[in-house]
Amino acid sequence: MPDDIKLDKELKVVGHRNVRPDGMDKVTGRAKYGADLILPGMLYGRVLRSPHAHAKIKSIDTSAAEALPGVKAVVTGKDFPDQPKSKPPYGPMIQDAWDATRNIIAREKVFYDGHCVAAVAATSDSIAKQALKLIKVDYQILPHVIDPIEAMQPDAPILHEDQFTLGVEGATKPSNVFRIMKAAKGDVDKGFAEADLIIERDFKTKAVHQGYIEPHACVGNASEDGNVEVWTSTQGHFVSRNQLANLLGLPVGKIRLTSSEIGGGFGGKIPMYGEPLAVRLSQKANRPVKIVMTRDETFRSTGPTSGSHVWMKIGVKNDGRIVAADAKLYYEAGAFKGAGIAAAIGCMFSEYDLENIRIEGYDIVSNRPKVAAYRAPGVPMAAFAVEGVINQIAKKLKIDPVDIRLKNAAKQGTVNVSGIKYGPIGFIELLEKVKAHPHYNTKLEKNQGRGFAAGYWMHAGGMSCASVNIQDDGTVTLIEGNPDIGGSRASMAAMAAEELGIPFEKVRPIIADTSSLGFTFLTAGSRTTYATGMAVVEATRHAIKICCERAAAVWGVTPEQVKWEDGHAKPASANVGDFAPLSLSELAKKAPMMGGPIAGHSEINATGQGPAIGGHLVDVEVDPETGFVKLLRFTVFQDVGRAISPDYVEGQLQGGAIQGLGWALNEEYIYNDKGQLVNAGFLDYRMPVASDVPMIGTVLIEEPNPNHPYGVRGVGETPIVPPQAAVANAVENAIGIQMSELPMSPPKILRAIAADRLKAAE
Amino acid sequence: MDEMRYETPTSVNAAVKLLAGEKGLAKVLAGGTDLLVQMRGETVVPNLIVDIKKIADMKAIKKEKGGFRVGAAVSGAELGEHPELSKMWPGVVEATELIGSTQVQGRATMTGNLCNASPGADSVPALIAAGALAAIAGPNGKREVPVEQIPVSPGKTSLAKGEFVTSLFLPKRPKKSGDAYLRFIPRTEMDIAVVGCGISLTLDKAGTVLAARVALGAVAPTALLVDAAANAIIGTKLEDAALDALAAACSAACRPIDDKRGTKEFRIQIAGVLARRVALIARARALKK
Repeated sequence: MPDDIKLDKELKVVGHRNVRPDGMDKVTGRAKYGADLILPGMLYGRVLRSPHAHAKIKSIDTSAAEALPGVKAVVTGKDFPDQPKSKPPYGPMIQDAWDATRNIIAREKVFYDGHCVAAVAATSDSIAKQALKLIKVDYQILPHVIDPIEAMQPDAPILHEDQFTLGVEGATKPSNVFRIMKAAKGDVDKGFAEADLIIERDFKTKAVHQGYIEPHACVGNASEDGNVEVWTSTQGHFVSRNQLANLLGLPVGKIRLTSSEIGGGFGGKIPMYGEPLAVRLSQKANRPVKIVMTRDETFRSTGPTSGSHVWMKIGVKNDGRIVAADAKLYYEAGAFKGAGIAAAIGCMFSEYDLENIRIEGYDIVSNRPKVAAYRAPGVPMAAFAVEGVINQIAKKLKIDPVDIRLKNAAKQGTVNVSGIKYGPIGFIELLEKVKAHPHYNTKLEKNQGRGFAAGYWMHAGGMSCASVNIQDDGTVTLIEGNPDIGGSRASMAAMAAEELGIPFEKVRPIIADTSSLGFTFLTAGSRTTYATGMAVVEATRHAIKICCERAAAVWGVTPEQVKWEDGHAKPASANVGDFAPLSLSELAKKAPMMGGPIAGHSEINATGQGPAIGGHLVDVEVDPETGFVKLLRFTVFQDVGRAISPDYVEGQLQGGAIQGLGWALNEEYIYNDKGQLVNAGFLDYRMPVASDVPMIGTVLIEEPNPNHPYGVRGVGETPIVPPQAAVANAVENAIGIQMSELPMSPPKILRAIAADRLKAAE
Repeated sequence: MDEMRYETPTSVNAAVKLLAGEKGLAKVLAGGTDLLVQMRGETVVPNLIVDIKKIADMKAIKKEKGGFRVGAAVSGAELGEHPELSKMWPGVVEATELIGSTQVQGRATMTGNLCNASPGADSVPALIAAGALAAIAGPNGKREVPVEQIPVSPGKTSLAKGEFVTSLFLPKRPKKSGDAYLRFIPRTEMDIAVVGCGISLTLDKAGTVLAARVALGAVAPTALLVDAAANAIIGTKLEDAALDALAAACSAACRPIDDKRGTKEFRIQIAGVLARRVALIARARALKK
């Protein structure tokens, strides 16, 4: 349970613990997820995947599969139009259609174990599986490389012969480094010259998967008239629709995507995998085609986030003031460019007020699935290094770990490395709350340790649409376009109900398909409650304006003489006249006689999102004989701007923390010497289970974002940034050894303890 | 495609006849918590499944010669809910209860765990330490063997065509006896043992170890009965030196591999650590009796 929630007395719905509108159906099992749609005549699609990490496709023979009774269509890369390469300048989120089409289905080469090579649609799943065995692929196996540092070596196998490193003048040899991004502020060399203490360290992290419990699933249904319908579990059906149109050469308006309920995404359900295959198979077979991934396929061909090497050097004065910070980030992008270096650069030092920063980020391709976004994509690996070094500095200087962060904390007016100047920001208040919290002040026993780390995420705005329809009994249908992953429907309904002055239960939020609402950007970047929430407020205010106009007409006054209060149109002042207030339902009832239905709508491109800073406090106990790390206590502190739905905000903080804990302790992609993933399942890809994790306490700090009508910042990304470092710092506090490699699995900890004892003995 | 047959015989003889008569792959289904996962992953594609749950006594726990006979289809949950058996063989019960989740416990059986022949099976080191016997029925009649003779290598058993294990027998215990099982996993549940250790021992009135059996899991192709480890503690009161010798004997017996679940070095070290801890738990239990 939360330790402290600040609620504004005057708010009746926002900030209260409302029951999410999608909750009942999710509890009873009625909610319809990606795999739940069954259409008449539907076929079952299956995907043939590469067993090789890197190979040239010499030929594919599908004739035997096509001849198998029950098989209705087979597709390979040749069934998709090729796409041009994107040209620089590239944005931070590279959407290169040349890459995308090759990631969905291989063309010239396979680039990773699990890469899709062909797909079949058949009248039953077992026939489809049998058909896969009849497809003959002639591969020429090529040497592979997975680790980013190895991929940078001059003799490394090259994935893309036409990729020359951006950011290197006159590069003449193809390279696995797609680009080197640089950012700087102040004079780092001067800062180091003034430093009393400099600490320099290397850190490594492994690729980890988002681990959403629902594998990717979709149904594609192409009609003879050229219309296409897709049902899919996605974080952004509007974005997917546009990409699908591009990849299949179809007009956008012909495609209608409906987002199913989504069983987790965390960034991993932004890219498309099965959708283009299902549609192409459906076009060939003239029947609907469903493709549901297995867990094995989900691990081998989707996600993950980058494995990384990070070099970090920080210089401080004796009082703990950081005078220079220098870093190099080497991130795996997987088979195609696009590791999260831009976000990492923008966020890694951004909770601190630093004068001198220099960062270089390397976006490196290697033979594993193309990385997908994963909750604050790219930032946790860099934060692991930053917070680890700051912890070492605090230890060396004998400064309290929270005090050293207070000494360097960003505040209103701080300018970060990207040149962003902060408005109100709650980091100092957060750090003071940490120090005052009982968790920070309890005594630790033998073999126990406490760690603290902070993290920052910048958030996103972007395009959103919303419609508010006032029904004739005064109930309200709210239409928006963001798949609801973390309880956003509840927040949207709360904001609409608050504006309208009606009970929460009277608003029914609906997520529209792509043909029923204007373009709405992804459910990602913690933008939904901010950006779409703004659209919802604006659309609701539009409907209220119409209500006031209708009341004005009834009363024979001007619309300006009418105000909206507590769900009623009322005279704006006593001078307007003595009119009985008109409720929403009374106005709705009059609508047919007064110009028709009442509805509001909004189409926006939101800016002004505020960053969120979090701090995680963790106690661990390390078993010195086995290296097992037991989590004893965990408290998440975060500046959430304003918690529209505190239950779901706390859920986000807890969920992010748990994912970070898994990343810290046991999760990793394990490959054999052939570059094949050997732990493609939840048994051996060790995410935390419920009994691994203590109840995670949450402390919500509410420093409202002035750019949002309810002060929303967004909350979902930040909580995955600090836990890796927080746990490492706690382990360090327990055993006196800094673990600079993730995961901190028991064998690694035991080896570190043994090495430390050996060193001490010498 | 070949059809898969599913049969539910009501007698041991009928089951043996089905298993012996199948030309393709025949698999016995008790709880199914291994078989169904293997079928889903297509690592096992049976032509015949013989569900033994309809056979009398397969779901029974019976007292016999002062010990217990546990039917091949008795689930972990049923075992754990048997107060007398749990009191007599707490180590065997706790090992079995570590398999999977609460849901899995409703189906998973000790016999299935044994016959799946995974080197990491949790109940097997505890059963070996307990000196349990497996009753086997087959085309040539019935026989009984020590449980450690059932698995021969990962996924393979010594059972002949048409044979299946019908029950496990846990023998009577002398006074001042105790057993225990611990495994190491990097999580707290829902995982496969990186190392498992089961110890059963009997003390004399003075607290000296009279008899002991020590077994290790996940450190060799099959679970190991480590006589040298037992000998290291027989005649001792589990003093530090005895525990050190026990740990050293366990580590020396390990023939592990490096794999996704753990390294050789780690397994060898942890085998010793666990053995010390298990011995102390077994002794504490023995002293209470």
